[in-house]
Amino acid sequence: MSIDPVDRPYAWGRPALPSRRGFLTVAAAGLLTPLATLLARRAEATDPSREPAQSLIVLWLAGGPSQLETFDPHPGRRISAETRAIETNVSGVKFAAGLPKLAQHMSSLAVIRSLKSKEGDHERGTYLVRTGYRPDPTAVHPAIGAICCHELPAAGTDIPRHIAILPGEWPARGGYLGDQYDAFQTGDPAGKIADVAPQVSFPRYEQRLKDLEMLERVFARGRRTASDVTMHAHQVREARQMMTSAQLEAFHIGQEPAELLAAYGDTPFGRGCLAARRLIEVGVRCVEVTLSGWDSHANNHEVHQRLNATLDPAFATLIEDLKRRGTWERTVILCGGEFGRTPRINPLGGRDHWPHGFSMALAGGPIRGGLVVGATDPQGSKAVEQPRQIGDIHATILTALGINPAKELISPAGRPLKLAEGTPVGEVLA
Amino acid sequence: MWAKNLLCAAILLSGIALLTGSILPIRPSAQRPAIRLERDFRQQAVVQQIDAAFATAWREASIEAAPPADDLIVARRMSLALVGSIPSLEDIRHLESLPADRRLDIWLAELLADRRSADYLAERFARALVGVENGPFLLYRRRRFVSWLADEIAMNRPYSEIVRKLIAEDGLWTDKPAVNFVTVTINPDDENKPDPNRLAARVARGMLGVRLDCAECHDHPFADWKQTDFQALAAFFAGTGQSLRGIRDYPGVFEVENLQTGETSEMPPAVPYDSQLLPKNGDARAQLAVWVAHPDNRAFARATVNRAWAIMFGRPLVEPIDDLPMSGSFPPALEILTEGFVTSGHDLRQLFAVIASTRAFRLESRLPETRNDEAYDEHKAQWAAFPITRLRPEQVVGALLQSGSLTTLDYESNILVRAARAIGQIEFVERYGDAGADEFDPRGGTTTQRLLMMNGEVVSDLTKEEDLLFSTATRIGTLAPGDAEAVDTCLLAVLTRRPTIEETEYFTRRLRDTRGGQRNERLGDIYWALLNTTEFSWNH
Repeated sequence: MSIDPVDRPYAWGRPALPSRRGFLTVAAAGLLTPLATLLARRAEATDPSREPAQSLIVLWLAGGPSQLETFDPHPGRRISAETRAIETNVSGVKFAAGLPKLAQHMSSLAVIRSLKSKEGDHERGTYLVRTGYRPDPTAVHPAIGAICCHELPAAGTDIPRHIAILPGEWPARGGYLGDQYDAFQTGDPAGKIADVAPQVSFPRYEQRLKDLEMLERVFARGRRTASDVTMHAHQVREARQMMTSAQLEAFHIGQEPAELLAAYGDTPFGRGCLAARRLIEVGVRCVEVTLSGWDSHANNHEVHQRLNATLDPAFATLIEDLKRRGTWERTVILCGGEFGRTPRINPLGGRDHWPHGFSMALAGGPIRGGLVVGATDPQGSKAVEQPRQIGDIHATILTALGINPAKELISPAGRPLKLAEGTPVGEVLA
Repeated sequence: MWAKNLLCAAILLSGIALLTGSILPIRPSAQRPAIRLERDFRQQAVVQQIDAAFATAWREASIEAAPPADDLIVARRMSLALVGSIPSLEDIRHLESLPADRRLDIWLAELLADRRSADYLAERFARALVGVENGPFLLYRRRRFVSWLADEIAMNRPYSEIVRKLIAEDGLWTDKPAVNFVTVTINPDDENKPDPNRLAARVARGMLGVRLDCAECHDHPFADWKQTDFQALAAFFAGTGQSLRGIRDYPGVFEVENLQTGETSEMPPAVPYDSQLLPKNGDARAQLAVWVAHPDNRAFARATVNRAWAIMFGRPLVEPIDDLPMSGSFPPALEILTEGFVTSGHDLRQLFAVIASTRAFRLESRLPETRNDEAYDEHKAQWAAFPITRLRPEQVVGALLQSGSLTTLDYESNILVRAARAIGQIEFVERYGDAGADEFDPRGGTTTQRLLMMNGEVVSDLTKEEDLLFSTATRIGTLAPGDAEAVDTCLLAVLTRRPTIEETEYFTRRLRDTRGGQRNERLGDIYWALLNTTEFSWNH
């Protein structure tokens, strides 16, 4: 069975009964049930025209893209190193020349140009941007996608609700929320999804499951409580449910028109963006699509020229496609990497790590388009106007999704931790 | 793909010769390196004290401990804890050839003498000492660090000496691997200087079992520690820097900023308790090293004991593992073990041996059926039944590959088999998901893990019917004389136990009157079911 794009544009929006797993996890943590959370969210959303978004797509630019060659060019200045800038469809706002298609959608984007962090290492920077917290041995913080899945209702989704397409070295984790909130990792949507097809015929598979049930019965004897706690049988059922779910079709981009695929740019990343659009339509809460290779310590301009050629059509077409499908209002997009790159060009023609003033783009849902927040120094110093922290981006996204960023969860160490440490960037949500 | 080819080639090369032998006891125990079973009476006395303390606690709580577990199940626990894998079929045959009353003691001694154990324990300790991050490029060599730690453990260096080196060693990270403890915290954004705060947090948490670093930013209303305790500990690393000759101490003062006023002031180094143990002279790091690993620093010994217990049982005596109170009532077993560990001169091998010899370690994880389910929690709290805990990803993969090999995969294994094992491990752990540094947190499983076990390639290869060289199930089917023997062998190879009567009946019925391909198919199905049980993925 395939999902008819007209009949079933999206399955979420209607509250469904909480899944057993969701219920157990939340109940065990002593928090609100998903239904109560949903009702609370509804109550908070006072303005019916500005309903919170329901899903998040993260376009993860792994390696640390240069702000100067993407969203924050300084044409004519020494730090531009001759990177040209182009006009966008918002007067006065310029992008680097490598993003012509996206420039025509600036009216839909909010670009934060004044991000500052203290993490100049890939692994630590990735952790910070993913979770909104600096690495800290007292707790492993959940990635923002895990928070979305934990805080928003499951709404009858059989497939994992947190998905990482083309994940890099440090995929998004559930942290203290538990491994069940880890991103489900999958590769280029042109290939198959790993491990969802049984290796033997259906009757044999059913027989295997029967054999398994018998062994589980033997093990549970005298250990019933303990083997309930393992939730092993529940996971087997869940895996089985996913294997037979029609929602798996959402991964299959082959059903989309060839022209659309071409518009996304027929690249792994472009296909990932298209799959992301399909996945959120069946209720997936967060899809992260990775485009890696931005770590341009040498030949900065060539690296960015090549990667921008992949990013530009994919991001621009994603915006158009979401709008066409009617899911734009319900989807928040975040595009960025773990830090920016130095204003100075090094002897290899590269730019090095620069967490002292870099850019990220937000779009969709209640995010206000055509907006630029903050500015970096045209001379290349560490001074920025209206500095913002990564925690602020997290708070903004959570707010856009109708989740209160100040809500506290109790970490396993017994310490209350806010969902996000920062404050929402007000003008972006206004 | 090349990994799979290699794996296949490896099995081809090494498999054929071992085929027949692996079902029978191929290496009689006499051929194994003889392990001298040292009867250490001090060690035995500690075990007896712990057993007595638990017996008293159970009597006071009016609970009856679970019955002793089967030897094979205990052997499985020991293997999982000490080498990160399950016993092979070959090991099981060997175990069964040993005299029943000394079987587990000999097995324990063999495991502790096995180089795989040093490697595995080094990795477990490294998680607490340096975490799992890749760290700063070129300045940090995690693998070098772990293999050095494994060497130290293999020669049974006192843990206090290891820790002193970690804190105080000077030199290059390649030449003096211990300094990687320091270099992992190097901040490339701060002139490549090691980070005193991160170092202090590691010392507090990984070595002393106290969460001093929770006070990094401000005093906690309910915690024992003040912000200045943490800052003063960090101040020991204020002068730690690096040059071309590696890590060394320079004169340096630790400046702290008052977050309210923004003013900075100088913070002299100081230890948070037992300052009388701190030497008066020497470099700051050397002084701290002596204080941390001092025999009278009980918190250090206690934290190490608690970690060793957690490695053996899957659960620490005091939870969370890195947040032990400084005083108050500790479980009697913790105090007895701490005393014994200090008396032994911080001897890790003895510590593990003692824990694995206690009665608590050798109890069943199930209760007789007459007792109700609610009793289980109480038994768990009192260690009156062995706790059921999720295996770590590398234990699952170790067990999985071992169950597919029949003979023991160890340092004597063919180099190709070992390479294939390492590669298989990396790929599988990547998909299965690593538990990270926070390894004793109770964690839920994921759908990805289930799918990987149910439909993934590794399991599929072990259960495919047509593949005589690759599929263990098929090999067992070809070589076992009858149905009951085949079922027996499957359960031993995967679950390290013999089948119950019910299981034998059920599975022999599934095999009855099958032959050739169909029989191999059925055996593959049985193998699949066994690999997908709770029993396989959990320690019990």
